[in-house]
Amino acid sequence: MTNHWIDLRNSDCIMIIGSNAAENHPISFKWITAAKERGAKLISVDPRFTRTSSKADIYAPMRSGCDITFIGGMIRYILNDMQTLSPAKRAEDYNMTYVAEYTNAAFIVNSGFESWDDTAHPGVFVGFTENTNAAPSNLGGYDKSNWGYANKADPTTDSKVVNNTWNSFNDLNPNCVLRLLWENFQDYTPEKVSEVTGCPVETFNEVCKEYAATGAPGKAGTIMYAMGTTQHTYGTQNIRGYAILQLLLGNIGVAGGGINALRGTSNVQGSTDMCLLSHILPGYLAMVNHKHQSLADYISGNRAAKLPATPSGLAGDTSASWWWLSDAAQNYKKYMVSLLKAWWMDKATADNDFCFNYLPKVTVGHNYTHIGTFEAVANGTVKGMMVWGQNPAVAGPDSEGERKALEKLDWLMVCDLFETETSSFWKRPEASPSSINTEVFLLPAACSYEKQGSISNSGRWAQWRYKAVAPVGEAKSDLAIMDELMLKLKEKYAAESGATADPINDLYWDYHTAGEYAFEADPNVVAKEIHGYYTKDAADGSYSKGDVVTNFVSLQTDGSTCSGNWLYSGMFDKGDGRNKAKDRKPEDTSLNQIGLYSGWSWCWPINRRIIYNRASVDLEGQPWDSDHPVVSWIEGAWKGDVPDGGWAPINVAADGAKYLPFIMQTEGVAHIWGPGLAEGPVPVAYEPWESPLSENLVTGVSSNGSGKGTPGFHNPCSYIGELNGMNKRGTASEYPCVGMTYRVSEMWQAGQMTRNHPWLIELQPEVFAEMGEELASDKGIKSGDKVRVSTARGYVDAVAIVTKRLQRMTIGGKKVDQVGVPWHYGYIGMASAPHSSGNILTPHVGDANTTIPEYKTFLCKVQKI
Amino acid sequence: MAEKAILYDATKCTACRGCQVACKQWNDLPAVETTNRGTYENPPDLSADTWLKMKFTEVGSPPDLRWVFTRRACMHCTEAGCVEVCPTGALYHTDMGFVGYDRSKCSGCGYCVEACPFDVPRYSGNFITGVREANKCTLCQDRITNDLQPACVKTCPPGALKYGDRATLLTEAKQRVAELGGKATVYGEKEVGGTHVLYVLDDEPSVYGLPKDPKVSGAVTAWQDVLQPIGWGVAAITVLGLGLNYMIAKRKIKVESEGK
Repeated sequence: MTNHWIDLRNSDCIMIIGSNAAENHPISFKWITAAKERGAKLISVDPRFTRTSSKADIYAPMRSGCDITFIGGMIRYILNDMQTLSPAKRAEDYNMTYVAEYTNAAFIVNSGFESWDDTAHPGVFVGFTENTNAAPSNLGGYDKSNWGYANKADPTTDSKVVNNTWNSFNDLNPNCVLRLLWENFQDYTPEKVSEVTGCPVETFNEVCKEYAATGAPGKAGTIMYAMGTTQHTYGTQNIRGYAILQLLLGNIGVAGGGINALRGTSNVQGSTDMCLLSHILPGYLAMVNHKHQSLADYISGNRAAKLPATPSGLAGDTSASWWWLSDAAQNYKKYMVSLLKAWWMDKATADNDFCFNYLPKVTVGHNYTHIGTFEAVANGTVKGMMVWGQNPAVAGPDSEGERKALEKLDWLMVCDLFETETSSFWKRPEASPSSINTEVFLLPAACSYEKQGSISNSGRWAQWRYKAVAPVGEAKSDLAIMDELMLKLKEKYAAESGATADPINDLYWDYHTAGEYAFEADPNVVAKEIHGYYTKDAADGSYSKGDVVTNFVSLQTDGSTCSGNWLYSGMFDKGDGRNKAKDRKPEDTSLNQIGLYSGWSWCWPINRRIIYNRASVDLEGQPWDSDHPVVSWIEGAWKGDVPDGGWAPINVAADGAKYLPFIMQTEGVAHIWGPGLAEGPVPVAYEPWESPLSENLVTGVSSNGSGKGTPGFHNPCSYIGELNGMNKRGTASEYPCVGMTYRVSEMWQAGQMTRNHPWLIELQPEVFAEMGEELASDKGIKSGDKVRVSTARGYVDAVAIVTKRLQRMTIGGKKVDQVGVPWHYGYIGMASAPHSSGNILTPHVGDANTTIPEYKTFLCKVQKI
Repeated sequence: MAEKAILYDATKCTACRGCQVACKQWNDLPAVETTNRGTYENPPDLSADTWLKMKFTEVGSPPDLRWVFTRRACMHCTEAGCVEVCPTGALYHTDMGFVGYDRSKCSGCGYCVEACPFDVPRYSGNFITGVREANKCTLCQDRITNDLQPACVKTCPPGALKYGDRATLLTEAKQRVAELGGKATVYGEKEVGGTHVLYVLDDEPSVYGLPKDPKVSGAVTAWQDVLQPIGWGVAAITVLGLGLNYMIAKRKIKVESEGK
């Protein structure tokens, strides 16, 4: 979340899209309800009418997978409105200062840029090359050299946008971002949106009118999204769509605004921060790859990827925006060296490049995500696997394909509270245990109440939790298990050596303390290392070895500091050494009590509760919304939240430098035009990998029927994988319905915890399939009947719930029905049944940028059994 | 002591059913074995092991479709049919206005089940002993008398449930209804002498499956004077019978042990 849970109450309009917050994040409704009591409007956009929709002022149905068309239509509505209004009225209804000063709307793009509607390359941007391999991992890729600014080092801007003096997009430079944005979305009329998404025109217009009203200075609209947005072959571009919408409306950085990702499990934020993903190190430092032969290569490689050659005309070295990779500040190096010190401590010295080459390196171009890993397991490349707090045999895409892949492993370790479908993949109805040679280890893990440590919620708050009871039986905390495993490995390597023994032998691993933690790692010591401390005494006596640092600003390149995650550097108090994740001050000391509760736990970065908060004020530092000030420049100083950089407001700074609010961008402004993503600088409405249509109604590109997909009809860069039998693609003629998987309030993820809990099983005892009355009537299905939902990958046997909450849609003149199946169920545990895992149905394909699987849209058919 | 109440605001309820689970957890009630019957709603009915359940109803058709949720549990009536017909005094009014239940006094007669205008109490029968026992929400007597909120209220994420002085909650409910406008109404203010579970509804009570004008059957109250003495008589015969049973059983045990 750019903001946090409590802040939802400050919103004037909440749009929930790609999320079913009432069911999957029930506590969010404490704050949504508070906002509604203040008069805020709630919009629910969803293929199904859900428990969230039941509380909405407007419910907009949408065919699963059509977010870009829907949001693109909203962007068109706003741009068209801006164009229709006089400049003066435009500045009343929309925050044109924000758009011009805090985003790249006025910037001029390279003249070589050609859009997807260019007849030379229909459906794709300039620079595309299709991958013609028989078994491609990606459909294709781009040379993005023409997507950037006309002058990369010193972008020129269109003065008409800056000064709000334009009357039509035709007045603007043909390559101005705002004009290109209009050209990208101008055909997304309400009628087109309705034709593609199935949302009635009147409903769509109502959504646009209500949400666009948050564009007025002082108003705030927020978007809440979750896996309904991300789990598509263009999930990242769905979120780009939200970002563009929010920036046009000036909704980022303000109270009650933002783009709020509702995390799928309680500590997903923490796991992402701590590098549970394959492309990053802790604190979102880039992963080390085979091209990085030294620390210097790594630093310069990342700098070159992010920054123009000369920083002269951009915000530049003097700006807040430059700190991340600037040569002068060397922050990237400080964080990386401090990380290497945390891992190898005294062994890491300037002479050995701080053990940089101890780090395992990824091969550029190889896919290490969940999908890529399971392909490697299926191919026999990966021989052993540790599965920790996951249940891929239920949660993975094409689950039955992944279960089969597990049969190829020599050994499998599963660490969980209960026996899972993954640890017992060999017990599934389809398996023949006698022919499976995998050795399986099931380690009993402690649950959250049986251990202490921090947990980071969606609002980035790291909150310390204490142990309430001792773990049951032989169960141990994950940390204790990891500690024991590492100490055993070290013992073995010390005794027997091996090809890569040095990184293990030299690894700093000293986490035991006295008492309770005499024989297992103490989470308090781990937390202190994550925050960071001095590794030696200061020459001037200002600090001693072992003293915690103040925050990431204290980190150094010379090895005098260690920090396991620079982003969490700030969690401890330098003064009294306390862990602020344990703070529980109940007072709200924010300006106008907007609910920041800055003394309750600690949040990254440096306890900033709303990020990009310097965009919540005007050029003089005064809040756009004086009722809900996040920060405010009062008598020469910032008051309120921790500002995004302490520099003076743009018009106030004495040195004349322009300290821009979006400090993570080298330009200092937010990206309406975002040339960094795989498949384009702005979103294009592509069809899901399995679509009921034969022609993309937005791009006009027809599907060529190929098994791997068609660029321009599909996302041209999505990850298709190896087509090794794990992800067969179905056709609309055989599988006419649009299917989707999701969760319900009463069950949790892959079900390990909830399907072993009688009170919860009582509420949702078995898998069901939701469908509309028209489809059910055609198939002779009544509520409560047993039905089979099938895709090209497999089938699920479920109980039918026939409901008005799903309606037959007319898409491009064609009748389309949608069917939904929850994915919590499996064949192990108290509530178990064969063919009950919803993800059996889903394809093994992924998003172009993240490879997140396309769980949310596929083709299926339903029959009564 | 001031009369207390629970206020359930249906317009804020998201039917997450945390209340249903919290009720079972606090009151140590076992799970009921269920199947999916083509609905989100489960268990199918209130029972001696399920004192609170949420009801899901689809109302109307798109684009005006609504999915309304209602709480089904004891309403804690002032004119409580169950208290009136209870022959043993197992059901009684507490000084906070709630209908309490003393299990040790319950004879399992089942009159309360018939007398409730909201169809709430249920009884369980032990097949072997033949002993029946009624059961229903007690409004967490053990919690509220120790300054804790009822379990269902404590767990409610959106704040659709509130616990407090009935008079205060009633004022709040009326305010909320005024804000909502339209057909919104407070339910439970005057019904059966005033209930101690108040509802804020945004439509007619019937849409939520609540009786428009709940009444304790005249027959129930009229028969009370007749039934109760008979009830005591029946109880006396039962005690006599049990005593006889005990003596026979004791003799049998003695015979068996002597036979060893």
